[in-house]
Order: sequence, then C-alpha cells, then structure tokens
Amino acid sequence: MKAAEFDYAAAASVEEACRLLAGAQGDGKIIAGGQTLVPLMAMRLARPALLVDINGIADLRRIAREGEHLVLGAGTRQADALADPLLRRELPLMAKALRFVGHGQTRNRGTIGGSLANADPSAEICLAAAVLGAELVARSTDGERRFAARDFFLGAMTTALDHKDCLVAARIPLWRDAGRLGTGFQEVSIRRSDFALLAAAAQLALDANGICRRAALGIGGAAATPLALESAAARLTGTRLEASDIAASVALADAEIEPISDLHASAEYRQRVAGALIARAISEARADAEGRG
Amino acid sequence: MPAEALPSFRYIGRKRRPREDRRFVAGAGRYVADLDLPGMLHVALVASPYPAARIEAIDARHALALPGVHAVLTGDELARATDPLLTGLDIPEVRRFPLAVGRARYVGEWVAAVVAETRALAEDAAELVEVEYRPLPFVIDPEAALAAGSPPVHPEHGSNLLYRRKFTWGPVEQDFAATGQRLAFRARWHRNATVPIETFGVVARWDPAAQLLDVWASIQMPKYPDQLARALRLPGNAVRVHFDTDVGGSYGVKRGIKHSVLVGYLARKLGAPIRLIEDRLENMRGGDAHGPDRIFDVEVAFGTDGIIRSLRLRALDDAGAYAGRAPLQLGKPVGAIVGPYRIGSVEYEAISVTTNKTAQEAVRGFGQSPTNFALETMMDRVARRLGIDRIELRRRNLIRAEEFPYTIPSGSTYDSGDYHTVLEKALAAAGYEALLAKRDEARRAGRLAGIGIGCCLEPSGGNSAFEPLFNPKNETTTWMESCTIKVDLSGTITAAMGTSSSGQGHETLVATVVGEVLERDPDTIRVIHADSLGALPSNSPVGSRMAIMLGGAAAGAAKKLKAALVAIAAHNLGAPEAELLYRDGTVARRDDQSAALSWAQLVEIAHRKFHKLPPGMTPGLQAIHVWEVPTGGALPTPDGRVQMYPCYAFEAHVVYAEIDRITGQVTLGPYAIGHDCGTMINPDIVHGMTYGGAAHGIGAALYERFRYDAQGQLVSGSFMDYLMPSAHEVPDIVIADHCTPSPLTEFGQKGSGEAGYLGAPAAVASAVNDALAPLELAIAELPMSIAALGELLAKADTGKRQNR
Amino acid sequence: MSEHAIRLTVNGRAVEARVPARMTLVDFLRDTLRLTGTHAGCEHGVCGACSVLLDGRPVRSCLLFAVQAAGAEIVTVEGLGPEPGAIGVLQDAFCEAHGLQCGFCTPGMLIAAEALLRERALPSDEEIREAISGNLCRCTGYKQIVEAIRLAAERRAASNIAGAPHAG
Repeated sequence: MKAAEFDYAAAASVEEACRLLAGAQGDGKIIAGGQTLVPLMAMRLARPALLVDINGIADLRRIAREGEHLVLGAGTRQADALADPLLRRELPLMAKALRFVGHGQTRNRGTIGGSLANADPSAEICLAAAVLGAELVARSTDGERRFAARDFFLGAMTTALDHKDCLVAARIPLWRDAGRLGTGFQEVSIRRSDFALLAAAAQLALDANGICRRAALGIGGAAATPLALESAAARLTGTRLEASDIAASVALADAEIEPISDLHASAEYRQRVAGALIARAISEARADAEGRG
Repeated sequence: MPAEALPSFRYIGRKRRPREDRRFVAGAGRYVADLDLPGMLHVALVASPYPAARIEAIDARHALALPGVHAVLTGDELARATDPLLTGLDIPEVRRFPLAVGRARYVGEWVAAVVAETRALAEDAAELVEVEYRPLPFVIDPEAALAAGSPPVHPEHGSNLLYRRKFTWGPVEQDFAATGQRLAFRARWHRNATVPIETFGVVARWDPAAQLLDVWASIQMPKYPDQLARALRLPGNAVRVHFDTDVGGSYGVKRGIKHSVLVGYLARKLGAPIRLIEDRLENMRGGDAHGPDRIFDVEVAFGTDGIIRSLRLRALDDAGAYAGRAPLQLGKPVGAIVGPYRIGSVEYEAISVTTNKTAQEAVRGFGQSPTNFALETMMDRVARRLGIDRIELRRRNLIRAEEFPYTIPSGSTYDSGDYHTVLEKALAAAGYEALLAKRDEARRAGRLAGIGIGCCLEPSGGNSAFEPLFNPKNETTTWMESCTIKVDLSGTITAAMGTSSSGQGHETLVATVVGEVLERDPDTIRVIHADSLGALPSNSPVGSRMAIMLGGAAAGAAKKLKAALVAIAAHNLGAPEAELLYRDGTVARRDDQSAALSWAQLVEIAHRKFHKLPPGMTPGLQAIHVWEVPTGGALPTPDGRVQMYPCYAFEAHVVYAEIDRITGQVTLGPYAIGHDCGTMINPDIVHGMTYGGAAHGIGAALYERFRYDAQGQLVSGSFMDYLMPSAHEVPDIVIADHCTPSPLTEFGQKGSGEAGYLGAPAAVASAVNDALAPLELAIAELPMSIAALGELLAKADTGKRQNR
Repeated sequence: MSEHAIRLTVNGRAVEARVPARMTLVDFLRDTLRLTGTHAGCEHGVCGACSVLLDGRPVRSCLLFAVQAAGAEIVTVEGLGPEPGAIGVLQDAFCEAHGLQCGFCTPGMLIAAEALLRERALPSDEEIREAISGNLCRCTGYKQIVEAIRLAAERRAASNIAGAPHAG
C-alpha cells in the first residue's frame, strides 16, 4: 500500500502554505498529523499532486486565552492539548473529548485542526467544537474567513473550506460566571479506542440552588454532521434536571437526529442508542457540576 | 506414559526463558520482508473488482511502458507453465491457479501480477493494467449456493457442491425415538480468521547453474516444498525452502502456495530474485486466508435426567471460490464430534459449497472451534430447557476419568483425561461462587450479567486422516516428524528440526527435550531449522502436533545417542550396560563411581578413537529419529470411522460478562481457564499460547467478521473494519493447570498450540446468553457484535420475544 | 517525481539521505537504513507494529513520510539497548516474562512500553494496558506483555543504572 507519487513542500508560515495551496489549483492537500490522510493515500483513495506540510509552522501550535475565548491553533497536537493545563481548566469538555480521540500514539501526531477539517460526523473534537459554539478561522490567499461551527460542518467529511483554505484556529467561547460548571462526554465504540459509533457531549452550569442556568448538548455520529442540540439544551435550562426534564430533553434530541446505517451499526441502532447516550452525558455533567460545588 | 509412572522432570515442566525471544526483543528477527537480495524485484497484484466475470482481455502495454517495470504476468501464461494447486478432494474440475484463468471468481482475486524495481512502482503499474471483464451471475449466500440452479462458481464442476456426506455412527434413529426430549436450533459461525500481524510473504531466487530454486517464506504448511516443486514442474530436490525464516504468526493460515508458485515461476522466467509481500488489502481480500464460515443445524435427543443420548449435526460451510482447506476442516472435527461428552450415537452431515468469495485456508483448530461452539450451545440450551444448572448438566454428561481411554462413536479414542477435575479447577480459579453473587447483584441492580461455561476438547498430534475420510482416492496415512541430533568434536550438541516456527518456541522445546534425555543443560543445546534439502520429513506445526511429534522425534534421537554413549562406555569400562549408570552425560559403574567415562571422553572415543568403539558401531555421535503419529496409519472404515488425532487436551472456560442494555457492548472478566494438555514441556510457552488462543476466540466471538455485501464486495477488508481485540478487549485470564499424561507420548505431553481458541468462543457465547436469559433472549450467531446485541435488546424493549 | 535531502538522527547517529517524497518513515528505516527491527503490519496506522519514538514520543512510522522526519530524533527497537547488540532492562523483562511469541508486534510494544516507563515509572496494569492498546498482538493475548512491562518497571525503579537507551 504505497501512496501514488506527489510533490511535497514544507511550509514555513501560514502565508506560504496558502500560496502553495493556491498554486496547486485544487490538487493540493495540507498534511498536518497525517493520521487520517496518510492511510487514505496509502490506499490510493487520496492522490494529491502536492502535499503541503504545515507541521513546521510554530504559529499554528498554540493554546491561548484571548478575552472570552480560548484559541486553539489548528496545528496543536491532540496530545499537547490534552495535557495543557489551560485547556483542562478552561475547556474541560474538550479535554474530556480528547481522551476518546484515537490512541496515545495517534494523538502524538494528530492535530486539532486536522480533525476539524476532516469533519468525520462522529469525531469527538468536531462534536466538542459544535457543542461549544466554536468559531473556525481559515486563511487563504484571498484573506481570512471565519465560520460558526454550524456553518463550518456541511456534511459527512465536508466542511466550508475550499481547496485554497488553510484552517488556522478554533476560537471557543468560554462560559464565564456560569456558576458550577459540569461536563459529560459519552461514547459508544466497538472497541475502546475505535471511532465512535455515537458520541454525546453535555456542558451544564448550575447555580447555588442546583438549578441549571445554562446548558449545551450535542451528538455526534447521528447525522451527517455533529449536531448541537439547541432545543434539547434549552429544555434543561431553568430546571433541576429531574428525570422528566432529561427525558423531555432527550425526546427533543431524538426528533432532530438523522442517523445513517453503515457496516458497524444500523440507523435504527443509532437512533435508539443516541437518546440514552445523551441522557448519560447529562447525568455525568450534573454529577460533575455537583462535585465541584 | 501412565500417570503413576510420571517421574519428576529436571528440565521439562520448569521455567525456562524461550531462547527465540532474545533475538526478537533486539529487533533481530529474520522475517521474509527483512531479506534484501541483490537485484530483487517486487510484485504487486491486479485484482478483480467483480465477484464473477469472464476475463476477456488483459492489456499491459501502459504498465510495461512505465520505467522500472519488468513484467506483467497473466493467468493464462502461468497456467500453461504450472500445474494446478492441490485441493485434497476428488474434484478435478475445480482447478486453482495463483492467477485467475479465463474467469475471475471473487472480488479481490488476483488476475495479473506486475513485477517492478520497487513495490511502489509495481503498484503504479498495476493501476495501468487494463482488464476487460464481462460480469457474470454470482452467488454469495451458502444456502443459495446449495440450491439447485445457483450459478456455479466452477461451471466445469457442474454445481457449487464440493462435498456432501452424511455419516451415521451408532443407532441414531433408535436413540431419537427412544428419548422423550429433543430440541433443535441453528448456530452460525460467520467467516473470520486468525489474521496474523505479519502478512504472507515469499522471496524466490532461481540459480540456473545449480538448477535450484531458493525460497524464503512466512510459511506454516505441510509438504510446502513438495507442492511447490510439483506445481512448478520441478524435481523435488530442485526446491530449497529456508525454514529458518521467522514467521510473524500464522495460527494455520500461512499457506501461501499460490503466492509461492507465482513467485517461483517469475524467478525462473526473469532470472532475478522475486519478492511478494502481501500488503494488508491484498492479504485480507486476495490472500485466500479466510477461515470457517459455517451454518450448524443441530438436533439433540436427551432424557429428563439431562443425559444426552443422540445428536444430529449438519454443518454447511461456505468455502469461497476455491476448495482450499475448507472442506477438510469439516472433517477434522469428526475426531471430537461429541466433544467431551458421553453421547452414544451421532449423525453428522458435512456439506461444503463454493460461493464467489475469497477462499479459506486452514485456521487454528481446523474447524474444531466452530464445532465446539455448536456443541456447547447445545448443552446450554438443553440445560435451559430442563431447568438444570448448566454446570450440573455437563457434569452428568462428561466422560468420566475412569472411562479413559474412551472411544467415541466416530471411531476416535480419547487417550486420557479427567474432565471433571479440570472443570472444578476452572470453577475454583474463577471463584465461581463469588461470580454467581456478583452476577446476581448486577441483575438486581438492573444490569445484564452472565457467566459462561465452555468445556471443549483440543485434539492434538495432527494426522490427515480427514483426507482419506473425505477422499478415498487419497490413501495417505503417514503423518511423521523427524529430528536429527549430533554431538560434535568439541562435545556440543546441535539438533535440527525440519520445518518453520511461528512463535511456538520449537527451538526451546527441542532443546529442553534433548537436554532432559541426555541430562545436559538445554541452554547449551543449539537447535537449528534445516532447510528443506537438508531436513528430514516434517509435517509442520499444524494440529497442535509439535510437542508430541517433534518432542517425540527429539526424544527418540536423544535416546539413541544416549544408548550409543552407554554402549561405548560399556565396551571401554568392560562392564555390561546393566551395571552402568548414565548421569549428566557421564557413564560410571554403579558399584564404583570412579570407574567412569566423562562426556568429553566418550565424545572423543566416538569421533577419534575408532579402535575403542564397540565393533560394528557407527563412528561419530549423531542420531536420527523419524516416527509416525501414534495411533496413526489406518484408513477410515467404510462408514467413516477413523482415529483422527492421537492425544486429547481439554479446556474448561469460566467467564463473566456484562452487556450494556442500551449499547450492546460486552465487557468480559474475570476469566479462568482450566487446562489439561498433559505434561507441559515449557509452561510459559503453553500458557502464552493459551492466552493468545483465548484472545483469538474473543475476537471471533465478539468482533471479527469478513463481511460481504450483496454485491460480493468484502466490506471489512482493512484493519479499520475488521476489528481485532486490543489489550482493552482481552481481560486478564487465569489458567489453572491439570495434567493427565498421555499414554502415547514420551513424557506424557499432549499438544497445546490451539489452546484457548477452541473453547473461548463457546464460553463467551455462553456468558452472553446467560446474561440475556432473564430477558428470555438468545443468540447463536458469532460474532455477537454491538449491532447484533443492540438489535436483540431493542426487540426485548418493544415486547417482542426471540424464538428459542 | 520529487526527491528530498533529509538529515535526521536515528538511534543516536546522524543520518543523511535522499528520499522520494512518498517513501514512508517505516520504509525508510527498513529499506534504506536496513533497520529491519521496525515492522510494517498494516500500512494504515492501526496495528502499531511500526511504532518508533520521534522526538521522544511514540508514533506510527507508517503514517509519516520520511521527508517529514527531517530534523527529528528517531529511536527504533535497535536503539533501546544500552549499546548496539545488547538489550536493556525492558527487553530483558520481555524475555523473562515471555511477553512475546512470534516477535512481530514486539518492537512496537517495546517502543510503547519505553514511552510509558519514561512518563510513569511504576504504572498500574490499567495504565500499561492503555499504553499498549494501540499495538495489536495476535499471539499472546497481552497478559505476558503486561507482566513483562510491570516487571521492567519494578526492575528499572530498583536499579541504580539509568536504564535509558543509548540513543537517548
């Protein structure tokens, strides 16, 4: 399984990467971690004429607080993000999600941006980005573009990026003064470290009386894109997260999802399990929030 | 060796580091892909995208025009120059060549081979080979293949039926009529295989001056050099296979005879060393290394006391597009067709059909594991029907220790065993009472929890008695093994085995055995793999045979050496042999230890001092032992009774499982295996293979399947979709050893290479079914995937019930 | 099409080579440098047999092109011992506990284990299993591998010798 021939260029800056992509006229591809791209190239399912290597661009590897956002450079290694104290403190949901991403070895190379640009419907990083309302920043020779997550993930393995774009960062809004924060991340996979069949994410903020003041929910692997479940989340706010509230929230989520069948699980399976997974994520988030109180 | 006479051994059964490990941990293994011969060229394959198609034309012009490409070989050219590969059945119209001839019969079948300076270039060129196909009707489902009118995979053969025979051993009809209870069910073992991490690879080089084909391969196959020579139309001694090539796991499947014929032909044609290392896609789809794909229909007659009286077992196996070893894997289980139970009569119908899928190869256990799964499913269902505890039911039916040797209706005699004790040991090791409490507490908390029991036989020793059984024209009854030992001038010992190893520690095995007999430190004994020209006959590590057969051959040769040493000493000490004592290689008079000859002195006499040798004794110090498998050498009776393998190891699995009610995920553990393979020559090696076999079995039970869609495409053809257990999926396993020595072997050893695999699928299925039982659900189809269990549980939620 | 000059360090030695862009790191190590201890089991990043240390971290060398390893420090199984041809405490523990059979996955397992023990001197069994969960083995069922790593951890912790491979 040897890749078809290609030209290779290591970009020293984002600007250079963009120039190289533009010059390739649609036949260029960025290689970041390569954990998804290289297998596709080995199987000759991907055959870019030019590979633009962005691993050498230091600017893309960063995690920094900018005002009310945490900014993750697209070239940040998943392993580094997982270990980062700032990320763990400010974006605990993303930290939880990262634990489920691949294996330790793949996280040593795989990047935040690589997962986002790949847009696998069940990818954990994509789900966290959708749930947290991330803004994705891309640059090309035409300048910078920013996308809300819901406008970024367009379909299975499809984003709003075009062949000239280089994803440079994810800007994730932080919940400030939200009270007691709790997160939950649940996943079903066949083996422990496999691709998720389904993934559910929940982030809740409880006030001192145990009332949910803010909620965000999402499900991955249950539609062509990761879904932020806004009405299901809204149903939780103002409640004490009783069983009936959770059930009602899940019912709203069930109505929104459109799962597909594949080799590993049918649409019916995903439809049935998604709700239970969301409920488990909510429960986990509540317990987490209460533990912190 | 009878149990009472079992001595305590000095080296056998004790901890010893397997010497093979030393090179592997240093990264110094010698696998076929490590070979770098000057001028070596690389092969890539062109594969059929259709499950069935006429090959109208192959145009290699553009491929050949690529710089660095040396040749493109078609099936027609190869078939003119070689003989078809052997099938083992009397089906002359089912012909198999390494490259498809005239017709492609499965998606992924190799249609042309490209040879180039690098593998990458060969792949580039393979994409440029233009093949014109005319798609034909095809059949994917084995029951459809069996039906009249299904499109035959081999039209010359006339139908898709490769083999069908119904055996009746004992008064089956009477026994069924005489018993009040019966039940029937279907069990499905879907296609999977042992899939080693190293793919198959072969390198061949033709030496025109010596007229000799040198072959290095990742091989585990009886009569490989012979079949290779035959297919290439070369004299047998024109092929030299280098058995010292390390094999990265095989567990049956590394039989790449088609790869080897292809590469051997190319080596002669092109006058250059040729290398074919399957990439993973070629391996999964076109390597013809799939395993049993079986539908069992079982009917069992039993009394209200739970005693099983009679059994009807119909096994339909989907061989894929060529016969391979698939049909014969229906035959080997005849040797343990009643499992470890005292069942008096059996009707067994074995049916093998072709479909337009990848061909099967031999897989660990050679069909015994699927059969054990069917038998143990039967036992659990009988227990459930009668409301008898599953363990108690087994206790009532297990052959008792005092009944050995025990002959089963199909003609095999089980040499020794104590199944009840092994079962008790397994239960104790598992902490069964505590497991029951754990299970019941889990159930009270609303979780699905179960305990699985698997009592399974591991026939061992190898013997191809299934060949004459399934093909009376094949009168092979020899199934031998050999060992050569020499003591050199300096007194060091070297033993030679005549076949390859793939992780079983044979070098350590032979050194331990020889050291035991000669009373010399095994770590000083070198064991080499002779090449096929220098080697004595061997039948490869198949059928869990090497501890028995290679161990026996090594012991036999060592005993001859020891006898020679004693004879030399007797002659030189002037004493009859009965008055001498051999100890640690020194021979002394019993009544006067100072009258002795040391090892060094004896060696010197043997090698240098002919005048001191007993008259008529051969000079030097070397011995050969070649021996036939014990109990072998007989053809089957007309009604199909035969001694299949000589020695019967036994395993009792106890495993706890929980199923997530929503997702269908199964978590396993604790897990205990009671294991009796007679005397263990090296416990770490035996245990290791048992853990590994159990892991293979967990894979088969829960994760692994070569899945085909309705268009005949293999949809699980990479490691992204064919899922194998990692360290997370295999729980810690505790083994409780027991030893009922075999009366047939030198040290009482039985084989154990297939241990774990033969019982784990049955045990895991038993656990999952026990967990489902309170919901009145059952599943008898492997793998019990997340999707399958999820669907089953969904039906329970919506109030539907599964028929049992 | 394109060939690239690269310089990197492999097992402590500086290496200079020209590589085709599409040559993977595993193929470079095996075929160009003749370090055949690293194995290619699947070539699509699942089995882990190709694991090496890159700048101290375990990665799948089949998922990197050699040209991407320019400037990197690579350690392969051949570099885990105290000197060429010798084996270290970790490798010796694999021999003691028989944490292998056919040896094909073993180099990758050793790399994963080495990376673990550098992070965590005395890992729990669960941590050991997690560390090797990206390395598939079809021979051992993992138990004796876990025992080997546990033994190596105990011995390294108790030893006065640093135990680090000669390649750093």
